[in-house]
Amino acid sequence: MSDKTHETGTDQIIKPSAEIFGPGTISMVLNVNGILQSIEMEPRTTLAEALRTSLKLTGTKVACNHGACSACTVWLDDLPVAACGILAIEVVSRKITTIEGLGDADHLHPVQKSFIEHDAIQCGFCTPGMVMSCAALLARNPHLGVEEVETAISGHLCRCGTYPHVVQAMLSLSAEQEADHG
Amino acid sequence: MDNNTPKRDELLSVGMAHLGLKKVTREIPDDEPPALPPNAGLNFIGRSSPRWDAVDKVTGAACYTVDVQLPGMLFAAVMRSPLPHARIRSLDLVAARNFPGVRAAVTLIEALSDGSAPAVLYVGQPIAAIAAETLDAAEAAIQLIGIEFDPLPFAVDLDSAMKPDASVVYQKNEVAHIPFIGFPFVGELPLEGNVRGPNKMVQGNINDGFSSADFIVEETFSTQVQTHCCMEPHAIVADWHEDRLDVWMSTQFTAGVRAQLAATFRLPLSRVRVRAQAIGGGFGSKSQLGQYGKTAVMLSRMAKAPVRLVYRRDEEQMDSGNRPSSRQHLRIGASRDGKLTAISLHAWGSAGVAQGAGVGNIAMALYVCPNLESLQYDVFTNTSPSTAMRGPGNTQGAFALEQSIDALAEKLSFDPVALRDVIDLSPVRREERRLGALKMGWAQRKSPGFDSGPVKRGLGMAQSLWPTNIQLNAACEVRLWRDGKVEVLSSVQDIGTGVGTLLKQVVAEELGLRPEAIEIRIGDTEFPSGPPSYGSRTSASITPPARSAAWQIKNALLQSVASHWRLDPQQLTIQDSWIQSADNPSQRMSWQEAASTLRTDRISVVTGRSDDYAGFRSSHGDAAIALNDLGGVQFVSVAVDTQTGVIHVERVVAVHDCGRPINPLQIESQIHGGILMGISYALLEERIIDPHTGWMLNPNFIDYKFAGPSGLPQIDVMVLENYQGFSATDAYGVAEPANIATAAAIANAVYNAIGIRINTLPMTPARILQALHGADRRTC
Ligand code: FES
Ligand code: FES
Repeated sequence: MSDKTHETGTDQIIKPSAEIFGPGTISMVLNVNGILQSIEMEPRTTLAEALRTSLKLTGTKVACNHGACSACTVWLDDLPVAACGILAIEVVSRKITTIEGLGDADHLHPVQKSFIEHDAIQCGFCTPGMVMSCAALLARNPHLGVEEVETAISGHLCRCGTYPHVVQAMLSLSAEQEADHG
Repeated sequence: MDNNTPKRDELLSVGMAHLGLKKVTREIPDDEPPALPPNAGLNFIGRSSPRWDAVDKVTGAACYTVDVQLPGMLFAAVMRSPLPHARIRSLDLVAARNFPGVRAAVTLIEALSDGSAPAVLYVGQPIAAIAAETLDAAEAAIQLIGIEFDPLPFAVDLDSAMKPDASVVYQKNEVAHIPFIGFPFVGELPLEGNVRGPNKMVQGNINDGFSSADFIVEETFSTQVQTHCCMEPHAIVADWHEDRLDVWMSTQFTAGVRAQLAATFRLPLSRVRVRAQAIGGGFGSKSQLGQYGKTAVMLSRMAKAPVRLVYRRDEEQMDSGNRPSSRQHLRIGASRDGKLTAISLHAWGSAGVAQGAGVGNIAMALYVCPNLESLQYDVFTNTSPSTAMRGPGNTQGAFALEQSIDALAEKLSFDPVALRDVIDLSPVRREERRLGALKMGWAQRKSPGFDSGPVKRGLGMAQSLWPTNIQLNAACEVRLWRDGKVEVLSSVQDIGTGVGTLLKQVVAEELGLRPEAIEIRIGDTEFPSGPPSYGSRTSASITPPARSAAWQIKNALLQSVASHWRLDPQQLTIQDSWIQSADNPSQRMSWQEAASTLRTDRISVVTGRSDDYAGFRSSHGDAAIALNDLGGVQFVSVAVDTQTGVIHVERVVAVHDCGRPINPLQIESQIHGGILMGISYALLEERIIDPHTGWMLNPNFIDYKFAGPSGLPQIDVMVLENYQGFSATDAYGVAEPANIATAAAIANAVYNAIGIRINTLPMTPARILQALHGADRRTC
């Protein structure tokens, strides 16, 4: 990703030399979907696990737990990341957005609407992660072509084969936006 | 529903809609609705209503089994065999049981009835399981299990397992205990070493067939082991109570799991409840209760607390099922005019320690041929048991058959499509070939290896065949509440196919309401038993009873309004949520008002799947096979880079038939899925087992490759409207046919591009380069 995100990424990491945490639980505060939440977890807890268990935000899915499928994608600030590959403790001062924070049934995000309209969903297990990457792409670049979409979702695995409809859902958003602005 | 219900004659439309329909008279049960008009005359059926659970799925609200949290829930971990074949000398769970946080420990492997020590038969085989207050504690306790093994010789691949001196997986007296993977079990077959069979089918005289042939093609084809890779792993939460058992499970068949739980734990059906709200894929691997299901229930019973067992991805890859390997020797004879004179298939395959590695009946059933012979063998290896996987058998079989037909066409100087017009009697597939060939630009197809540059392009096609399965034990309830609310209830589950949407559409159409007004409550065995989500049978099994139930509810409502107005109910109609009198259109009542005339708070109708109106081909227990087959034809264009060996599938044209299409966009989704899984099978996927240790070397999503979103082909889906007048909806499935033809069509396109047949899957770059530049360039 961009250089900028790299910098912000490193200066937030708690330096191992500063203090030794664990192995027991420690308390940490996570900023999730605009709310500061205090949780008690072992330092080895991944962000995905912290979200799904302590915070009961089960919309973030874990399919591989080794950074290979992107099912667990959330945003760190505005950057989509695999939450199974990050420790919760590493991101205590970052703004975390999960699928629950993107939109709900009454306030669907345009990407969510478009996924529904184009049936970019089958079993739906990969869908929250896919939606998060697509929404991040749309925020970065509203003028989308097939390549931009394929690149944005290139780390996502969907065994049901929703990719073609995901691409269509995103291209339709691009067209709509351009029409709105034109 | 029994078959003694009084019947009446009904006029039904049959045929392919775009070619014109004709009417046939069939006897239909009196309690079923009149013939449903073709889609053109309907409001909601045949249109792409949004998926019933789409909002929950895009917002993360959908609840999968992995999301179920119960108070006091424990977490389970499984200890697995590190050896491919060994006798267990000792097993000691004491230290593990005493580990802090551990609440239950069970062994999953029993001493044999003769008292001898139990053996493990493959790496990853469950040996014991622990439930603890945290998953970490359960996993730590697993490490404390004391176990000693006496290693035994083993064989993990077909060739070594078939050697005369190979160590045997099963002794002759163990045959009854060999798990089988969901196909009709053939009891009496000889077992020699690790080879069981042949499962034999013979018709005509095969020798006469070959001696009368002008041309013969003969090749051996090999296919690999593929894993299901469901994105939601196998998962169960079991909650054992004194008087009942509650289970949440990521399953393709809630009602089937209930029956298996009741039988395994000797409980009445009425005391077992299985729920599956959202299910993250199955593809055949979540069809049964399975060892993992039993394990969680045993642990819960012992711990007196709910227990959750979720497989890690490596466990999922190693031991949650797979598509068996195959080696198929196929010989086909034909006369000069293209007519087939003989087909002989000898097939061996390994479903690991299970049986059921057959390559289906496609070679025996797709084309007309008087002399047939099929001999299929199971070869046992020390690898994990297979399960059914999307188009089981026929997907492997199609790869061999459809390449052989292609090769035959070349020998006979026939176009592959034209040859199929001679040997395939199905008018539906003939039309599918015509439409697909036009769409793909088949007429522009060049001769094999025609392109001169380093990137060579080719076109290929192949066909699918799948029996039309119907679940007879399939029921659905429609409820109407006095406030006007309509609910549809069934234990049928939605594994991603969108069956809930179909139920909405069908019931809305019948009731004259909008699909949004229908509430779907499925995936819970407290509701009437629905069909499984496998075998491409769900739509065909559950949509007809749903429509019948809705029709009976409508009649009851009209009766109630008619007595309110003191009219004959025959004079009333419902349209756009209004009930009105045909004679006096100003006399009308909204749906809500009409419902308020009901005498009771709620009325309800439960109906089951009746027999097809024209009967079945065969019927056995809970399942039947309809008279029609499901099929499809796929055309593929590829670009083969002869310098890198990389095959790029550029375009797929898929023409399919699923009877009456209810939701075209969902059908398209499912066909995309079948095609992408087929491309993935053809080019990427392969379980790799270390021959020295029996371990799977790629039990993760990094080293086990399957199709991602990059370089997607253009996919054109065409779905026929093909009415047969067999049921109240005439709808059928498509999941499996969409997968069966793809790999074969790609292989034929690759041949057309480079002029070399690839007889082995997956068609990796290395294999292509070897075929192009290796010593034996004829085949690979
Ligand atoms: S679950 Fe995090 S990448 Fe697969
Ligand atoms: S929708 Fe099933 S994995 Fe993507």
